[in-house]
Amino acid sequence: MNSRATQISAEVLSNKRVGSYNHMVFAVDGLAAHCKPGNFVAISVGGPTSSMILRRAFAIYRATMRSDGIGLLELVVAPMGSGSKWLASQQPGDFVDLIAPLGTAFGIPKDPVNALLIGGGYGSAPLFALAETLKQRGCRVDMVLGASTAGKIYAPLEGKRSVNSLTITTDDGSAGTTGRVSDVLPELIKEHEVDVIYSCGPMAMLEAITKISQTFGVVHQCSVEESMACGIGVCMTCVLPVEGDDGLIRMTRTCIDGPVMDGNKVLWTHSREIPDGVWGK
Amino acid sequence: MTLNFSTSLAGAFFPNPIFTASGCAGSGKELSQFFPLTSLGAVVTKSIMIKPRSGRATPRMAETPSGMLNSIGLQGPGIDIFLENDIPWLREQGARIIVSIAGESVDDYAVLARRLRSVPGISALEVNISCPNVENRGQVFACNPVTAAEAITAVRRNIGGELPIIAKLSPDVTDITEIAQSVVAAGADGLALINTLLGMVIDTNSMLPRLSQKTGGLSGPAIRPVAVRAIYQVHAALPHIPIVGMGGVASGRDAFELVLAGARAISVGTATFGNPSAVIKVRDELEEICTMRGFSSFSDAVGFAHRVES
Repeated sequence: MNSRATQISAEVLSNKRVGSYNHMVFAVDGLAAHCKPGNFVAISVGGPTSSMILRRAFAIYRATMRSDGIGLLELVVAPMGSGSKWLASQQPGDFVDLIAPLGTAFGIPKDPVNALLIGGGYGSAPLFALAETLKQRGCRVDMVLGASTAGKIYAPLEGKRSVNSLTITTDDGSAGTTGRVSDVLPELIKEHEVDVIYSCGPMAMLEAITKISQTFGVVHQCSVEESMACGIGVCMTCVLPVEGDDGLIRMTRTCIDGPVMDGNKVLWTHSREIPDGVWGK
Repeated sequence: MTLNFSTSLAGAFFPNPIFTASGCAGSGKELSQFFPLTSLGAVVTKSIMIKPRSGRATPRMAETPSGMLNSIGLQGPGIDIFLENDIPWLREQGARIIVSIAGESVDDYAVLARRLRSVPGISALEVNISCPNVENRGQVFACNPVTAAEAITAVRRNIGGELPIIAKLSPDVTDITEIAQSVVAAGADGLALINTLLGMVIDTNSMLPRLSQKTGGLSGPAIRPVAVRAIYQVHAALPHIPIVGMGGVASGRDAFELVLAGARAISVGTATFGNPSAVIKVRDELEEICTMRGFSSFSDAVGFAHRVES
């Protein structure tokens, strides 16, 4: 549970189209000071008479405090479904009902390490603020961004500056290396002597990264994406089988015990069944 | 004139009539960071079973127009851990507690009732005999007057004392008043109406059911007219049996509608997923509406839609 979670009405300050996505900035008062890379927000969509009753979850792209004391929260919104399309249509001056910060954050090492940050599609959103934090701690930061096609790579200019190297992969070869992030991963781990992998993106990508990270004995912190109804831990919808510190595998809520999780502790499964060995099966 | 906003269910007193709905408030901790639990009439816990339960596989949820389907499948820690952790914590908060229980057999209900009979600090027991997310639809006790009564009898015989028993019923039956009469005859002191309705969503891209378990329970404003109908029918048939009404309540106006139909208390469930403080909003709005409509006591509004205008 993120004890800082607060529900506010947040004003849209800007909304700009970037490639396939919308970069949106919200005024969130002092909340911004409590947002850490990896945390997410949950936003009501559709307005007060909407038939969409559930909040939509978005990873925080960046949260900063302006010198005048106003907190800014930035999101990268992919207008895919009717909820995210509604949000992407909101203009400066509009207000949205927003809860932040939610969920766990990426763990930051005390001593400098070699970090590799991997983002799939708009999953790259939380990685740029993470890169800045890691650089401030003296880490080497390399980044891989993958997507189906060039327009779906989210890599703003300022983001590129905060990393030592940026590798791009696309399924269709329209930018960077043709293929998937997992194809270029083994070489990058060896070349940059990677200690820690941070990732965010589709579940199949996170599973593939976990397998590779285990082969190389590299720590893997991933931000998972399960569909959520509430974002605050009450609906029990967004669960994944995860091994706890006591060795028990539980169906674990990714909204309050995630979204950032130890990739090695997740039982990646696509069976649409509860895996054997899960507590209470 | 100050409104008397308190309510009672079979002898159990509550300072206001707004409760959480079982399975929609976690362990209580998750909501307590948004408001103090003492501001609720009562916290209704998730339906607890004898053993720990993983729940069903994902996807467990699909949003629908003004509603959602879920097939959580009663994920929970089981009665031992529940009594060790959840109940003492809720008691420390000063929350009024209604414990919801669910079983797979009549004997399960008997065992759970025995485990709870001497636990201090509980206001009432909700007996969930109507969860739609079970392996076999034939196991939904509340779909048959005989099995519904058997489960309630098992609780009645084992609970002892004065803890009120509230039977939670399913609207997925031909005649809900028949089930209601059967469980009341078996010893239920009150009724919780309604549980979710069984539904299905098919993903037109994958051309397969969206939920891993194919079917799920439909909740949210989409089912409110069904709740109003069920409460109205049961209140007409059993006017002296207290009803905890639920089903798509997201505002004070919605709660008032269920009260007019005959509900003596209101649970807010799915609305909490969209708005963590929905329960407080409903409470404040309902209090204002009852006052505005000139009621001096909340209980005077209960079943007010049944009156005959001369």
